[in-house]
Amino acid sequence: MLSVRNLSVEFPVWGDNGKATLKAVNDVSFDLGEGEVLGIVGESGCGKSTLARAVLRLLPVSSGTVIWDGTDVTALRGSRNLRDFRRDVQVILQDPLGSLDPRMTIGQIIAEPLEILRPGLSRAERDVKVLDILARVGLRQQVLNRYPHEFSGGQCQRVGIARAMIVKPKMIVCDESVSALDVSVQAQIINLLNKLRKEFNLSLLFISHDLSVIRHISQRVMVLYLGKVMEIAPSAALFERPMHPYTKALISAVPVFDIGAETDVSDKVSRKRERLSSDMPSPINPPSGCVFRTRCPYTSERCAQQIPTLQSPVAGRTLACHHWQEIA
Amino acid sequence: MNQAVLQIENLRVTFNTPDGEVAAVNGIDLNINTGDCVGIVGESGSGKSQMFLAVMGLLASNGAVSGSVCLMGQELIDLPVNRLQAIRGNQVAMIFQDTMTSLAPHLRIERQLSEVLEVHRGMSRTQARAKSLEMLQAVRIPEAEKRLRQYPHELSGGMRQRVMIAMALLCDPQLLIADEPTTALDVTVQADVLDLFDELRRELGVAVVMITHDLGVVADICDSVAVMYAGRVVEQGAMREIFQSPQHPYTQGLLRSTPRVGSPVATMVEIPGQPPNLLAMPEGCAFRERCAYAMDLCASQRPSLASADGRPQRSKACHLNQLEAMSR
Repeated sequence: MLSVRNLSVEFPVWGDNGKATLKAVNDVSFDLGEGEVLGIVGESGCGKSTLARAVLRLLPVSSGTVIWDGTDVTALRGSRNLRDFRRDVQVILQDPLGSLDPRMTIGQIIAEPLEILRPGLSRAERDVKVLDILARVGLRQQVLNRYPHEFSGGQCQRVGIARAMIVKPKMIVCDESVSALDVSVQAQIINLLNKLRKEFNLSLLFISHDLSVIRHISQRVMVLYLGKVMEIAPSAALFERPMHPYTKALISAVPVFDIGAETDVSDKVSRKRERLSSDMPSPINPPSGCVFRTRCPYTSERCAQQIPTLQSPVAGRTLACHHWQEIA
Repeated sequence: MNQAVLQIENLRVTFNTPDGEVAAVNGIDLNINTGDCVGIVGESGSGKSQMFLAVMGLLASNGAVSGSVCLMGQELIDLPVNRLQAIRGNQVAMIFQDTMTSLAPHLRIERQLSEVLEVHRGMSRTQARAKSLEMLQAVRIPEAEKRLRQYPHELSGGMRQRVMIAMALLCDPQLLIADEPTTALDVTVQADVLDLFDELRRELGVAVVMITHDLGVVADICDSVAVMYAGRVVEQGAMREIFQSPQHPYTQGLLRSTPRVGSPVATMVEIPGQPPNLLAMPEGCAFRERCAYAMDLCASQRPSLASADGRPQRSKACHLNQLEAMSR
């Protein structure tokens, strides 16, 4: 369905030494199949949202291609040519209230994509579709004439999902779509996304900084660091046996609270964290060689000189590390 | 050793709003002893932050407090601002989630730290500077000398939170209140800051209140927990006991609906519905509309917080005698 190849997004910035280039996304390649969920995880500034925007063609791409259904969408120009792509690929954003126009009613918000992307539909046909999608996302008809500020975050996010789903897309990019929600509501929205994915055989590009959410929803996971792919692997394999030092450190940093009944009440939760030294380096002036080497416990001379290429030591997994054999 | 630091009795916080009076905190009792690390868990609007803003005398101007808050035996409620000023910063300090707005953007770190010491301890500039430097080193800030001369925007988020912690600890307070201190941080940085909290409280013997929505954070460093819902504590006790065998349906729901890195499930358990509107609180138990175990009694009578399992250290506000053990 979606095939991203060597995608880079660069921004001109003013650095310490005058004009510089910030490579927010640096040579990223991945595929997303029909009905598949690919999780993208990484810390702030790793380029996950920039990647999402580039895939959605909301940002100009510096190099590389985004192939959707056989067409390179980076080459498409003009809204008319992009219309098919926009109908196929929708987005759900992080801020549930902020991503809804406060002056439009819920009904208008949900119907708007139809007006733009399916201009041939009559008003009556639109209304039928709006009612149908409303029921599917678990909202009642009475909400149609009300305004976004009257609703809670979880309900607003349901409206956001309805707006994305109304054009029957084949893929949805979810950019931190559940991060702003309280846990009890977060679970509702995750279950809803999963239900819709099965019903419509949707593909999801699911971006989150929250590893537990990523683990829960994704079939495969891509780990980004400073714009580069560190590791791509099936979700279960990645979390059970991370092969890249960064993935390993990320997972071990998540506070564990699975305190089983078998654990002794008196004994302290064991903390075996891989401490990462220092902060993330500046993306304007990334380290030579492997971008992760300044924080990596396994770093060597080679890491400073040679950029590790993506390799596939196990079928279905790729990673970029010179020292992966020492980690497992 | 186990001396009472903070004793809260029947604390109520109400706000006068155009839509009527809202009770954000509705009758809370809480005791914190020296060396305790207490987690206050709840979702948005549960009153967890307002409760401690009231303790600090930092409520918005339309807020009103009743009840009793005793810090080291001294009543804080209705204390004149000048006397409160001498206590805040000296005996109790609070740090917040958003470090960028907690620090003055136009002052160097040195000035912000020294000011605390000059005001509260009457130190000279030189003394204050030396102590500030020492404190920055204590919270493991690398190149502390250099940091003193920098402005907040020059530091990373994790570094700024360390500065906040250093500032809070300058006058050796007996109680440190941390309101979502790691929520804005990346998971690897969060792990570091949590470790720092744990170390500091052991070294300095300061009691810590950790206000958070993240159960993982609680499991990581807290000894005891109070779970809040709609302005009241619904369950309270030792952290391990509560995580192992929650006795309140809301606590159970929270634990079940939080995704875990360790053990993914096909469908997440959700808590149905939304948190109640504080302007129109239902009669009886506030949680009953979302509770799977609700009985007739729950609608007519609000359960009060009482000891569970006949143990004084463990309490819950629920009419159910025994909640079935968590099944995973």
